[in-house]
Amino acid sequence: MKRTIIPIGPYHPLQEEAGFFQLQVEGEKVLDIDVDLGYNHRGIEKICEARTFDQIPFVVERICGICSTSHPLAYVQAVEEIARVQVPERALYIRTIIAELERLHSHLLWLGLAGHFIGYNTVFMWAWRYREPVLDIMEEMTGNRQNYAMMKIGGVRRDILEQDLPKIRKMAEDLRPVLDMFVGAVMDDPVIHARTKGVGVLTPEDARRYGAVGPTARASGLAIDVRKDDPYAAYDRLDWKVITGESGDVFAKAAVRLLEIAESIKIVLQCLDQMKPGEIDTKVKEIPPGEGIGRVEAPRGETFHYVRSDGSNRPVRHKVRAPSYVNVPTFKATCIGQTVSDATIILAAVDPCYSCTERMAVVDAGAGKRPVEQYDLVAVSQREGQKMLRSLAGKVAQTTLEKKLAEGYRRIGWKAC
Amino acid sequence: MSPLWMAFLILVFPGFAFTFAFAMAFAWIDRKVTARVQWRVGPPFLQPIYDFVKLLGKEVIVPLGGAKVLFLLAPLLGLSAATLASTLVWQANLWPRPGRGFVGDLIVAVYLLTIPSLSVILGGFASNNRVASLGSSREMKMILSYELPFIVALIVPIVNAGGSIRLGEILLGQSAVSHPSGILAFIAAILCMQAKLGLVPFDAAEAETELMSGPFVEYSGAPLAAIRLTRSMMLFVMPVFLITVFWGGITTEGGVLSVIVGSLKVLLLLVIVILLRNTSPRIRIDQAIRFFWGPFVTGMAVLAVVLSLLGA
Repeated sequence: MKRTIIPIGPYHPLQEEAGFFQLQVEGEKVLDIDVDLGYNHRGIEKICEARTFDQIPFVVERICGICSTSHPLAYVQAVEEIARVQVPERALYIRTIIAELERLHSHLLWLGLAGHFIGYNTVFMWAWRYREPVLDIMEEMTGNRQNYAMMKIGGVRRDILEQDLPKIRKMAEDLRPVLDMFVGAVMDDPVIHARTKGVGVLTPEDARRYGAVGPTARASGLAIDVRKDDPYAAYDRLDWKVITGESGDVFAKAAVRLLEIAESIKIVLQCLDQMKPGEIDTKVKEIPPGEGIGRVEAPRGETFHYVRSDGSNRPVRHKVRAPSYVNVPTFKATCIGQTVSDATIILAAVDPCYSCTERMAVVDAGAGKRPVEQYDLVAVSQREGQKMLRSLAGKVAQTTLEKKLAEGYRRIGWKAC
Repeated sequence: MSPLWMAFLILVFPGFAFTFAFAMAFAWIDRKVTARVQWRVGPPFLQPIYDFVKLLGKEVIVPLGGAKVLFLLAPLLGLSAATLASTLVWQANLWPRPGRGFVGDLIVAVYLLTIPSLSVILGGFASNNRVASLGSSREMKMILSYELPFIVALIVPIVNAGGSIRLGEILLGQSAVSHPSGILAFIAAILCMQAKLGLVPFDAAEAETELMSGPFVEYSGAPLAAIRLTRSMMLFVMPVFLITVFWGGITTEGGVLSVIVGSLKVLLLLVIVILLRNTSPRIRIDQAIRFFWGPFVTGMAVLAVVLSLLGA
């Protein structure tokens, strides 16, 4: 049989964002798969290096709309490590509540999308309907449904008002019967079993090999969770457990996420009980030279931020690694050999976040290949630069042009090639 | 039968115009009930007509390298088959005298009801798009899987009506639902109807999130409007066909009351279709084949035939 390529992307109903999965298929069977990212690279890390420490939470919050508290939390933890700040107790609890509410709405969002991807639009609509109260509470507490702007270096920006506490408690308790309904509707449906059980199995060995994190790894039986392994915020003072699956298939990933919703509700309710009035912010004045890391268990897995400071008011290096960056490649282990129908739900089961995973991609159109080493990149850049200058300059004499180019290269320390 | 009368039957009543109006109404019921099930508001009553008219005004794009004539003809083929099927079935319902119709109009109706699916396959392959081809090949497998139990289930009313293959006589001669064999065959046929309509859980051919609507991916403008209209017409014709052969049809004999009862039967089938499509995920094409050829559908249909031959 002839191999054909079934494109999923760059724009496709399966994805909310731009990403390009090419399935090489023989009939319905997927033989190989290739992924292209980089359709919407925004250069966040570089932008951060040109902003002051206090401005950066605003920027990293916009890496991803769904994990919009995990990124700033990881960043402020990295900076707090440099500045050796002791964050007030109440602020830690508020951070925990916001992070868990985010997990709640993110997992409900995934549940709805997963339903949509296997053609079960009723689950899609219902899951998103029950996600609304979570967003309403967020709006009431922080002023925003997304991008809450709660994290700042040394604490949080807003206190949770006493009058909001009963509302949060009610929302969390109302979510429990809803969760039971979804567990019943999803976990006991024979057709969903047929579509998800034994489909896209990620073995624990593969999960380790690809460095999978979050629910993707936990569904394969790896009990890794930053909240337990390297506790931050108030997680070490609370009673909750890490949910793991066994089979590593799509069903296990759905089950892990559903059960994590229950754990999140538990965590939020405990935080509300334990929280005591007090300061929510330490006034951090100076960030000394040094480097720090922040790790946060985002809904999709571990978010990692690295910040290096040279004592000025802005970082000299800021590195972000979002969970989808390591989770997405696991489809190499899970998709191949499955059918096209299954490939889509397998791709969706890792809950890929394209905006977090976005990396710069350079295509050398002239040579028809992708430069991978720095030297290749420099060569492409020089060639294109010369071309551009020539077309722009028009009447400028050739020698002047070349002189200008040589000067430009000298300034940035490149040798013309 | 004069040609003029024939043209009236096919184009106006109970053919195209009549079927068009009810197809739009049924499409609206489908969308509205679906929306209510999903906690949405749903569209206004005339929305399907707005959509249809708007699509007619859009540019028609024929893909490069596609078989142009076939690509544009396939939707028309499906549309005319659905219209004719509706005419045949309604004729049997409106004037259910034994001599009415012609011998074998049941078989013609079954053929006509298959043509919309075939036209989907033709259009998909003619569009020279790999996604459409994959969708067409899925549609082909789907036809193979559901036609077998569907035909087997249709044997039951024929046997119960004393071996007649005239729709009018089947309608008159049967009281199928009172037979256990008729009920079994009816259930099998309802499941096949869901697949014939290409609705969830049997919509693998057009699977939006996998194949971006499969065979229809290249269609735009008027041909797409024709395809949509065909599907809405099938949503109307299939329930009517099923109650005609299995459940006494919509007769005018008993006056207004029997028309109301008949209409309720059709609406009940429509609601079953809508609920089925909103309470299950899409199944894979291999699972669909296993389902239809397995004991639950084909087995049930065969059992029904055996029972009907035994007189039950």
